[in-house]
Amino acid sequence: MEEYRGVWVFIEQNDGDIEGVSLELLGAGRKLADKLEVPLAGVLLGNAIQSLSSEIIAYGADVVYLIDHPVLKDYRTESYMKGIMLLAEKYKPEIFLYGATPNGKDLASAVATDLNTGLTADTTMLDVDLEKRLLEASRPAFGGNIMATILCKKHRPQMATVRPKVMKALERDTSRTGNIIEEQITLNEDAMRTKVLKIVKDVTKTASLADAHVVVAGGKGMGDLQSFQLIHELAETIGASVGGTRDVVEAGWLPHELQVGQTGETITPKVYFAIGISGAIQHVVGMKNSEFIIAINKDPNAPIFDVATYGIVGDAMEIVPKLIEQFKELRKEKGGEVSYV
Amino acid sequence: MHIVVCVKQVPDTKIIKINPKTNTLDRRSAPAILNPYDAHAVQEAVKIIKMVGGGTISVLSMGPPQATEVIKKSIEIGADKGYLISDRAFAGADTLATSYALSKALERISKEEPIDLVICGLHAIDGDTGQVGPGIARRLDIPPVTNVIEVSELNEKEKTILLKRKIANGYQLIQADYPCLLTVGKEINEIEYSPLPNMIKAARYEPVIWTVNDLENVNRPQLGLKGSPTIVGKMFTPPKPEGGMKLEGNSDEQVKQLIELLTDKQDLFFTHVN
Ligand SMILES: Cc1cc2nc3c(=O)[nH]c(=O)nc-3n(C[C@H](O)[C@H](O)[C@H](O)COP(=O)(O)OP(=O)(O)OC[C@H]3O[C@@H](n4cnc5c(N)ncnc54)[C@H](O)[C@@H]3O)c2cc1C
Ligand SMILES: Nc1ncnc2c1ncn2[C@@H]1O[C@H](COP(=O)(O)O)[C@@H](O)[C@H]1O
Repeated sequence: MEEYRGVWVFIEQNDGDIEGVSLELLGAGRKLADKLEVPLAGVLLGNAIQSLSSEIIAYGADVVYLIDHPVLKDYRTESYMKGIMLLAEKYKPEIFLYGATPNGKDLASAVATDLNTGLTADTTMLDVDLEKRLLEASRPAFGGNIMATILCKKHRPQMATVRPKVMKALERDTSRTGNIIEEQITLNEDAMRTKVLKIVKDVTKTASLADAHVVVAGGKGMGDLQSFQLIHELAETIGASVGGTRDVVEAGWLPHELQVGQTGETITPKVYFAIGISGAIQHVVGMKNSEFIIAINKDPNAPIFDVATYGIVGDAMEIVPKLIEQFKELRKEKGGEVSYV
Repeated sequence: MHIVVCVKQVPDTKIIKINPKTNTLDRRSAPAILNPYDAHAVQEAVKIIKMVGGGTISVLSMGPPQATEVIKKSIEIGADKGYLISDRAFAGADTLATSYALSKALERISKEEPIDLVICGLHAIDGDTGQVGPGIARRLDIPPVTNVIEVSELNEKEKTILLKRKIANGYQLIQADYPCLLTVGKEINEIEYSPLPNMIKAARYEPVIWTVNDLENVNRPQLGLKGSPTIVGKMFTPPKPEGGMKLEGNSDEQVKQLIELLTDKQDLFFTHVN
């Protein structure tokens, strides 16, 4: 196992744009690599993407492993995993991180199988046990408000997928230097069993929830679908997007795209209203990095108050209409729209 | 056309209740159900078989003997046959060991009738990893296509299937050669009401049950706890962030304070556009 050294981050790029989570992972990976006193590498696959290497270095990498090939133009499990296997078997990293995006999860699952190693899904905290050189990948555990730390003691590399928007990217620093190591690969399009015929980008609700500055989220505490309309009304009044908990989605009050949390979206708006939301860990991991969190809950012991900047203990049925009224007043006073800057 | 759907029995996390003070979960309150995503996987198999005009749907589960329940549930939705692999040797498996055991069972099933498609759920609501599907595909050396949101065409002559696959901000239109493995989420279809004959069949149905001895070429150290590289190190309550400020007074006062905090004092929130 000693031959495995270094921390690697899979750099996911779509059409030459690096996914945000990859930069966040370079930030998180930098800390792990410094602790372990090993280099941090970004692993970049694609077609005509060499120019991204300097970006990867600017965001913290010491090394970029690069494979550039026309067959790697669009993400596909079979071609990408061939590239990753080639690099991992040759250079043997001890830790290998991927963004928990559809592609990152897909790739990591396939690679872990071929490398016969452990993979922790949807990690939200990363650390290392220096003495044993063990990656401590923690994720919300099934059930309670509890985190479980997953370890992979006897297999290398230690792999994890990490949720977007929970780690922090470093400041871009173009004065940083690093090595670029390019590998050649033999891939034949005709031998591929999957073809990407086209890619359709759709900027729908998910994107608007993900990018919203202000989110008004409601939970099961709203009581029923009709009372949940108050959430929509408040959101409309202040120009916010609507979100909700899984329980609300399962009750059919909101579509799945608007679910915030471990199995929904992870978001970091400036202001997040959590109304009638208990604050289960699976929900909290999706919103806790919001700048201001305002919780309204009638139970003073609800865990949501632990993450809230401002908390109101009270009945949402009473508070929310008053809030709406006050915000409407404010809008009138200011003579027009209210919005976040 | 022979489709095998992997189905898992999971505790109903919707019903499971957590005591927020002790952080313990009340397991008694959680009935075991068919993983909701796997129900959609079975439903999609039913749709595909209808689309091509005939074929067999088998379901495969690994778990304790009670897992026959989720096989029966799958028969209700429209599966023809069910297999359960159940053995102490499989216990304690993480995703790597699970995909190994399931792939060995799939090899055995394919001897009875060659498999064209394997469908898995996007993830299981208990472990919640989504790693088992791609793992099975690698072991069987068939291409995995995860996050499929639509199966639009199947060409039996060319042995190709046309799929939409969800990605970060949109979808890929993919043509895959089959046999291949798909994973599907909830948006792919609506679960239909089970027709009466299915219900009757399900009630009486006895799945095929295999132990580890019924599977061929099994490397035992790759199974169960022994074959699982990951272990749970510790459980802990996440460090609590700075407890915020609770606003005092009656509801009118609370609302007033909040608005002030968000506007004047912090100068954070509302500004006049133009
Ligand atoms: C594997 C797994 C993944 C999960 N993923 C997610 C996820 O992505 N997102 C997610 O949200 N959840 C997720 N969950 C579910 C999560 O554990 C919680 O069950 C869920 O977040 C609770 O939703 P809730 O807060 O709306 O409902 P509840 O927990 O029922 O809370 C309702 C709250 O409303 C309060 N309330 C009641 N009436 C009023 C009133 N009149 N005024 C004010 N307050 C009131 C109550 O005091 C209570 O705190 C997941 C669970 C598991 C096991
Ligand atoms: N024990 C099991 N038996 C049958 N199928 C399983 C089992 N575990 C996982 N699967 C399949 O793999 C999918 C993803 O599971 P997971 O990787 O655990 O999130 C599930 O939706 C099932 O289709």
